[in-house]
Amino acid sequence: MSFAERDTRSVKARILALEWIIIVGFIGLGTGFWRLQIFQAAYYSRLAELNHLKSLPIAAPRGRILDRENRVLVDNYPTFTIMVHWEFLANLQEHIVPIAEGLGMDPAELSKQIEIARRRAPYKPIIIREKVSRQDIAFVETHQVEFPELDLVSVQSRLYPLNGFGANLFGYVGEVSESDLDRPELALTQPGDQVGKSGLERQYDDILRGTDGERRVIVNSRGADMGLFDEKAPLPGHPLRLTIDYDLQQIAEESFQGDNGALVALDPRTGEVLAMVSRPSFDPNMFAKGISRSEWAQLISDPRNPLLNRAIQAQLAPGSVYKIVMSTAALESGVADDGTAFYCPGGATFYGRHFRCWQKKGHGTVNIHQAIVRSCDVFFYNLGKNLGIDRIAEYSEAFGLGHRTGIDLPNEETGTMPSQQWKERVFRQKWYAGETISLAIGQGALTVTPLQIAYSVGGIASGGYFARPHLVSPKELERLGRKVPTPMDKRVPLSEHTVVTVTDGMYGVVNEGGGTGGRARIAGIDVGGKTGTAQVASLALSSKGAAHLKDNAWFVGLAPRRNPEIVVAVLYEAGEHGYLAAPITKAVIKAYYDKKNGIQPRFAERPAPGEKLDADPEIAQLRGRHTSASQR
Amino acid sequence: MGKYVSLKDFDWALLALLVAISGLGLLQIYSTTVHTKFAGAHVKQFYWLLIGLGLLFFLCLYDYHDLLNHMPILYIISLLLLVAVLVLGTDVAGARRWLRFGGFSFQVSEPVKLVIILLLARFFSDIPRDDVTLADTLKVFAVVAVPGVLIAVQPDLGTALTVVPIALVMLFMAGLKLRYFVMMILAVVLTLPMAVHHLKPYQRARLTSFLNPELDPKRSGYQMLQSKIAVGSGQLLGKGVAQGTQTQLWFLPVPHTDFIYAAFSEEHGFIGAVVGLLLYLMLLLRLLHNAQTAPDVAGMYIIVGVAAVIFFQILVNVGMVVGYVPVTGIPLPLMSYGGTSVLFTCMAMGLVNSIRVRRFVN
Repeated sequence: MSFAERDTRSVKARILALEWIIIVGFIGLGTGFWRLQIFQAAYYSRLAELNHLKSLPIAAPRGRILDRENRVLVDNYPTFTIMVHWEFLANLQEHIVPIAEGLGMDPAELSKQIEIARRRAPYKPIIIREKVSRQDIAFVETHQVEFPELDLVSVQSRLYPLNGFGANLFGYVGEVSESDLDRPELALTQPGDQVGKSGLERQYDDILRGTDGERRVIVNSRGADMGLFDEKAPLPGHPLRLTIDYDLQQIAEESFQGDNGALVALDPRTGEVLAMVSRPSFDPNMFAKGISRSEWAQLISDPRNPLLNRAIQAQLAPGSVYKIVMSTAALESGVADDGTAFYCPGGATFYGRHFRCWQKKGHGTVNIHQAIVRSCDVFFYNLGKNLGIDRIAEYSEAFGLGHRTGIDLPNEETGTMPSQQWKERVFRQKWYAGETISLAIGQGALTVTPLQIAYSVGGIASGGYFARPHLVSPKELERLGRKVPTPMDKRVPLSEHTVVTVTDGMYGVVNEGGGTGGRARIAGIDVGGKTGTAQVASLALSSKGAAHLKDNAWFVGLAPRRNPEIVVAVLYEAGEHGYLAAPITKAVIKAYYDKKNGIQPRFAERPAPGEKLDADPEIAQLRGRHTSASQR
Repeated sequence: MGKYVSLKDFDWALLALLVAISGLGLLQIYSTTVHTKFAGAHVKQFYWLLIGLGLLFFLCLYDYHDLLNHMPILYIISLLLLVAVLVLGTDVAGARRWLRFGGFSFQVSEPVKLVIILLLARFFSDIPRDDVTLADTLKVFAVVAVPGVLIAVQPDLGTALTVVPIALVMLFMAGLKLRYFVMMILAVVLTLPMAVHHLKPYQRARLTSFLNPELDPKRSGYQMLQSKIAVGSGQLLGKGVAQGTQTQLWFLPVPHTDFIYAAFSEEHGFIGAVVGLLLYLMLLLRLLHNAQTAPDVAGMYIIVGVAAVIFFQILVNVGMVVGYVPVTGIPLPLMSYGGTSVLFTCMAMGLVNSIRVRRFVN
């Protein structure tokens, strides 16, 4: 045995060895604390926070939608949702049967619902039931100890007027979907968030949508609330004031009396939309409630297409309303003047084909004024022939046809303004001269939207000032700190003579003998207008059913005839009542003047707001209790 | 051999360390139980400490040689008590570890450790150092294995394992060659898979969850993960007395007993944890210092055995708290709530002092 070996076996050496073993052991333990408390401190602090803080969303109410006089059009109302924080899913699954029984649900159904919610958004609260009743609230409150995982959260639900009032205009809200995430303005939303899906709700979603608040509750390891940790108040969405006039909108809506069509009322001086109607409509409250699969299927398969905002999306032949554009183009280009006259025997032959006038017995010799007043087709066939397609297209497009007006609504359609290049591009065919003849009376491939009619005719009557139609004024946008779209207007220089001739013609349509729009006449008011009948519905609508193959009646009215303050375009789809398009226009213009003269329109009742589910004063009172701490 | 004993020779430093650590323990027991049904546990613990200190001084005055002489009979009584626990013991969560005397519950395995230390000290003081034979080694393991197995089947694997370091450290001090140690460690490593095979399901679950705590964070891995979260979220300075969210909101399992150091670290941070460790380190080094100055080999063996048990318990308990060691039910000496553990530690310290005050006597 070596000396060294013997030395390592001495008591002193071995105790020293033990000391070192202990010291090394303690250094090891020390590194354990260093690793957890210094190196990974942030990580474990976050875990501790996740452990004991339960985050509950406080829904921010969406901004209300107001009319131009600050009257509420779209509102909110508080409801309660029963939800479970994802961390307490295990507790929930343990209690599924008693909870389902307490809420009057089928346990299997509830399990399935939870599973679906879980797969869709694993770290989002699981919604057990929305818009709960008072009994459900009582159940949750009295079972806090047994089922601490159940949270009662106050939610703001959207409340739209009933009977589809303004539905296509306002649009609707719904949960953000996969495809919505491609919309850049929705990049920051999370699954389950309510966002605007169509109409103004979509267009101004960033203004209307608030920022949800958050309440962080301290919970123990069993999930029971131990008190409030902190609360971040929700930022409500901004109220949005429209240019819409509630009174005019209501008169317009009611005037359709259940028939289909569309109406656009504009102030051509500013482009403000005073009323916009599209019928048939739908009930946006269905979306606010959470639309069922069958309701949705029914809505999108409805041949009348209630989700289409006809005012900006229906593309139809303008018929004789187009004669306003033709007259203007002819006068401006010099193809026609006061002395221009044509003989109408009830039809005429161009390029070897006979074209009939709607008046079989003919109009005799007519000048441009009479041609507008009596809507003589033969006169305009001749104008069309003399103008030629290129000039027609050039003027029409300058007046806004074939292009979007730029209104602040999603999915506006362009309509179709045919031209030689257009035909070449779309059909790879040459333009036939005969097509120009049909086009001259607003038939053929030409299609327009009701908004375009109001915009074009309003612009011409305003001496070539085309104000961009809008539902939210630039002033309101500035107040909200948003960018105002440019340009807000467009000028097409028109001679005064042209404007006077055309608007006098429109006045004659309504106020002269032989005029086609006598039904729009209002005593004491300088109303002008133009009738129209589109013989063939647009391709989009014609395939939907026989009803749409009937003639569509148009009427565009304005007042006063010089520098009009209001222009109303009406599309009336039910052919046999086509003559009603003019009275609808009249009703809206009359209401406009009544209001101007201090006479408030009277209504039997305002459109009832959507039914508040379980609208219960006691539920409203609960609100205060639950948005504050649920301290026990 | 004179009989003069002076309290001047008493190890006041050791006592100060003991009181300091126990004080931290009392504070932590108070903090973790104040809002629970165990409220007031710190008062009970305080009384246990007083009794423990009484025993400490009593044992200090008592000559440890006397105890050594009674060892064989005490060893047999210990074994009988361990058997009695298995037959008559109180069931707590599927384990029989407690024996009831009237109103008192007593964990027999704690004093058994002391008996083993004394018995082995006596055994080794009777054989010459540097000449430990294979037969001696086997005898030592037999003496340790019988109570070890009886404790293990309670089942209390953690406490059963604490007897192993006693045997190892004594063999080491008796001069067993290093290569035998290496062989023994190899043997343990090779038999480990077999041992795992015989573990109870909950023991195996604890072992697997130790290896993979994130696999099943809500069940077996839960305790370990919650302990790590408690420690880690304490950061440098801690959350303050009775402010630890992990402790106060019941995320941390048994925060006043086995996981008391996690609670302590959560509320006092890295600084607190290191101060606590330093106190324990000083206590152990103080013990080894006393072992070096012991009047005879028997005394030296006793102190080294005591140090080994305490070191092993700290290593396993604190190692568990920081996630280095699987979850076992080993209390942290002087800090964990529990009368039997306090009494054992105080008695062990009493023995150490009994040796120390006699260092100049012969």
